[in-house]
Amino acid sequence: MLDASEGYTTADGRKIGGPVMEMKNITLRFGGVKAITDISFDIREGEIRAIIGPNGAGKSSMLNVISGFYVPQEGEVWFRGAKRAPMKPYEVARQGIARTFQNIALFEGMSVLDNVMTGRLTHMTSGIFAQAIWKGKAEAEETANREIAEKVIDFLEIQHIRKTPVARLPYGLKKRVELARALAAEPKLLLLDEPMAGMNVEEKEDMSRFILDVNDEFGTTIALIEHDMGVVMDLSDRVVVMDYGKKIGDGTPDEVRTNQDVIDAYLGVAHD
Amino acid sequence: MPEQLLFAMEVTLNGLMAGVLYALVALGFVLIYKASGIFNFAQGVMALFAAMTLVGIMEGQVPFSHLINGVLGTDVHHFGWHVPGALAILLTVGVMVILAWAVQRFVFRHLVNQEPIILFMATIGLAYFLEGLSDLMWGSEIRTLNVGLPQGINETIDRVTYDLFGYGFFIDNLDIVASVIAALLVAALVAFSQYTKQGRAMRAVADDHQAALSVGISLNYIWVLVWSLAGFVALVAGIMWGTKSGVQFSLSLIALKALPVLMLGGFTSIPGAIVGGLIIGVGEKLFEFLLGSALGGATENWFAYVLALLFLLFRPQGLFGEKIIERV
Repeated sequence: MLDASEGYTTADGRKIGGPVMEMKNITLRFGGVKAITDISFDIREGEIRAIIGPNGAGKSSMLNVISGFYVPQEGEVWFRGAKRAPMKPYEVARQGIARTFQNIALFEGMSVLDNVMTGRLTHMTSGIFAQAIWKGKAEAEETANREIAEKVIDFLEIQHIRKTPVARLPYGLKKRVELARALAAEPKLLLLDEPMAGMNVEEKEDMSRFILDVNDEFGTTIALIEHDMGVVMDLSDRVVVMDYGKKIGDGTPDEVRTNQDVIDAYLGVAHD
Repeated sequence: MPEQLLFAMEVTLNGLMAGVLYALVALGFVLIYKASGIFNFAQGVMALFAAMTLVGIMEGQVPFSHLINGVLGTDVHHFGWHVPGALAILLTVGVMVILAWAVQRFVFRHLVNQEPIILFMATIGLAYFLEGLSDLMWGSEIRTLNVGLPQGINETIDRVTYDLFGYGFFIDNLDIVASVIAALLVAALVAFSQYTKQGRAMRAVADDHQAALSVGISLNYIWVLVWSLAGFVALVAGIMWGTKSGVQFSLSLIALKALPVLMLGGFTSIPGAIVGGLIIGVGEKLFEFLLGSALGGATENWFAYVLALLFLLFRPQGLFGEKIIERV
């Protein structure tokens, strides 16, 4: 078992720090239906953490709890060493948690560059009057943030579509633009909701490479949901496995792979 | 040049300037509709309320004086001072921002995720409430508004056109000023939404609420912002129309003229609102000029609506509205 307070070193020699996010005994209900039952796990600084499970296991609900879209009835959410009060999604985003969506939520009418620039909004602090007259701080701020946005665009290799309205892009590129927008926020924690869903093999490989590169280059802590086991095992440092709203496994990919409960859940052994 | 053609030119010019004012009112609708999907029936009453407030502040009138006098048995009406136009406009902008905040806080915050028809009904309620509030605060008499805008025939244009064509164009100074101000306002709004952080956030919210939340935009803040902007636009429209024909209840009916403009331009397009306004302005003036006498006159009363009806039949999304695609 891993010690919660200290980090560990991965197989490929990356140093993983202490916990960025800790979920403690989270329970989430929708009316009488329990989507998540008493789940605890943590996400460490610098690691790629996966949440996997069959359809309807509660993975997306968990991600929505982390990003503030759902408020759990029970349990505590700790972020960077402090207990987080229930807050709105935009407040969570301002704390430094960026996310993507399973069904892509981009600003379709805006260009790729504008979409990525919205990712910088949490870093822009000049007030509405400074913005309105567009002088001094507001102008300098726009330039500085623009530079970061352009860097992210270069990094994810979408320079050629910078000015294209998002609505015109194919699915795979939209997914990448969404990642770019999240990354532009320079998040302390990046949440990816099925980043590979609906992609062909080539696109999946590209996306995997980008996720690894982002983690490697910027040291970004990443939590991702995926139900494609193969992809997850290759990408992630540690994996949480959920089934029917409960945690049935937690550990390195190798540990999880040999866990009997996990095998049962994926092969479909009858629940009693 | 034949006299008929000169008349037509003059009529077109006047139509363009009336159109700018229609566009201005329509713009208030578009701002709110784009950002929140609310069709704000109260836009016209907001113009009335803004103009009433402006007059009230300028004349140093005590707000709610009838109510105060009725309850306390006092006899106060005026503070006894006069506020200069520019300052009064600033104060009125402040009032409209407070109104925007209140509308968001007490009405629409409780109606998030409701059906569009319910939001629409809420704005009808808001319209009646504002109308009453306006009466209660400032009284219901017809008021004259004079913030120092020039009025009357523009003599230079009259003289120049007379020298050129032997026929002097009658163009009202107020119309010219109104057009220039409206054009500047539109340009400023477009620049604001394209190049500033708040503008980008506004467009983001108009596009996708969930995504906007995920990048740290507070929907509430943006909605207060767009209602404030719509309030400001309403104030400008109120000043123009109020200066022209007095501040009175009928001011709130200009909203009805904005409806055909929206049918033409589309509910979601700022350029659409402008072009739609110009088409209606010019169209109704020219139509009256060309066919008015044959049809018994007063065609200006219905021309815009018939045109809108034709658009509804043949191009329901308007000239610039988002295309309606039915997926099967």
